[in-house]
Amino acid sequence: MASLRDIKNRITSTKKTSQITKAMEMTSAAKWNRGVLNAKAFVPYMEKIQEVTASIAIGAGGVNHPMLKHRPIKKTGYVVITSDRGLAGAFNSNVIRRVHQAIQKNHKSNDEFAIIAIGRVGRDFFVKRGYNVVLDIVGVSDQPNFQDIKDITSATVGMFSDETFDELYIYYSHYISAISQAVTEKKLLPLTELSTSHKLMSYEFEPSAEEILDVLLPQYAESLIYGALLDSKASEHAARMTAMRNATDNAHELIRNYTLSYNRARQAAITQEITEIVGGAAALE
Amino acid sequence: MKTIKVSVVTPDGPVYDDEVEMVSTKAKSGELGILPGHIPLVAPLEIGAVRLKKDGKNEIIAVSGGFLEVRPEQVTILAQAAEKSEDIDIERAMRAKERAEQRLRDQKAEHYDFRRAESALRRAINRLSVAERR
Repeated sequence: MASLRDIKNRITSTKKTSQITKAMEMTSAAKWNRGVLNAKAFVPYMEKIQEVTASIAIGAGGVNHPMLKHRPIKKTGYVVITSDRGLAGAFNSNVIRRVHQAIQKNHKSNDEFAIIAIGRVGRDFFVKRGYNVVLDIVGVSDQPNFQDIKDITSATVGMFSDETFDELYIYYSHYISAISQAVTEKKLLPLTELSTSHKLMSYEFEPSAEEILDVLLPQYAESLIYGALLDSKASEHAARMTAMRNATDNAHELIRNYTLSYNRARQAAITQEITEIVGGAAALE
Repeated sequence: MKTIKVSVVTPDGPVYDDEVEMVSTKAKSGELGILPGHIPLVAPLEIGAVRLKKDGKNEIIAVSGGFLEVRPEQVTILAQAAEKSEDIDIERAMRAKERAEQRLRDQKAEHYDFRRAESALRRAINRLSVAERR
């Protein structure tokens, strides 16, 4: 059996760990709250831009815009959203695994795809394995502004327009609730799945439908990426909160067990001492 | 007086939502004034001010990267960034203006992306001019 002092050391260090994980749980809880609010604030914009885009793209009928058109696929782009830091349970590995599987399945060589990594964990993973990471951004704040990621979204959409790749997928963790997040795969470009539930408006276009789509479609694609990022941030903090709560619970469980064995060891030592004293006294008689 | 519902939404949340008498702004193709009952219209906006007339008073919103969608009973402005004149952080806009001017001056030396600096400058100037008129 471990000595009394060993057990005592272990109890103290586990206690300290549990304090840290507890603190992390609470900070994540606060960030999670704000993350969910941010994701909610974005919804009206998304709905509106979706409605307008759909009604123009469908309503204008004969418009042929490169972003709406399928073309033969020579190269695929993957946008991968992960977090910058770990300690969030399976949050990052779930997303990365899904992307990795998709790449293994669909591509034979490194030239057939390009990765755009948002978040340090994902970037490091793919760079380390020698995958083709064309763009990356790390250190996105927990409450991202649209302006913060404007550069990367417009670069990504630009790469589709100049035919660096011919389709674009996005992988991120979709926030369902505090305890459940699901990895989501979405096809961003070309925009083929536009639909609208509202009745179609016949708009006047000022100056023309083509020119409006030129501005509107990139903006729409960019806001899809931004929306995914907000969603991913909310799930990151939810995942971290759950992971840290589990860690704290485990630490408490460990402390309970250690305390039990500590008390047993202490009792055993006392008993032994008494036996020795009684034995010694008996030997003197 | 007849009114029309106006909402200004950005990726960071709704900025304005109210009934007004008239909306006037500058679209890529020229000045636009919208009264209730306008025909459906979509137009991209310049970086500039949106003026909303309500009860004889004017409210001004600085908008960049925006779109205007008009329906007979509603006007929606979708923008990448929009601020009401009283919400503008003048100091920040000043700093952004100086930064952009600096970059435009250094442009030859550093080969900085000219168009980005220019539009940053336009946004900053727009914010300042809207803030002045509050």
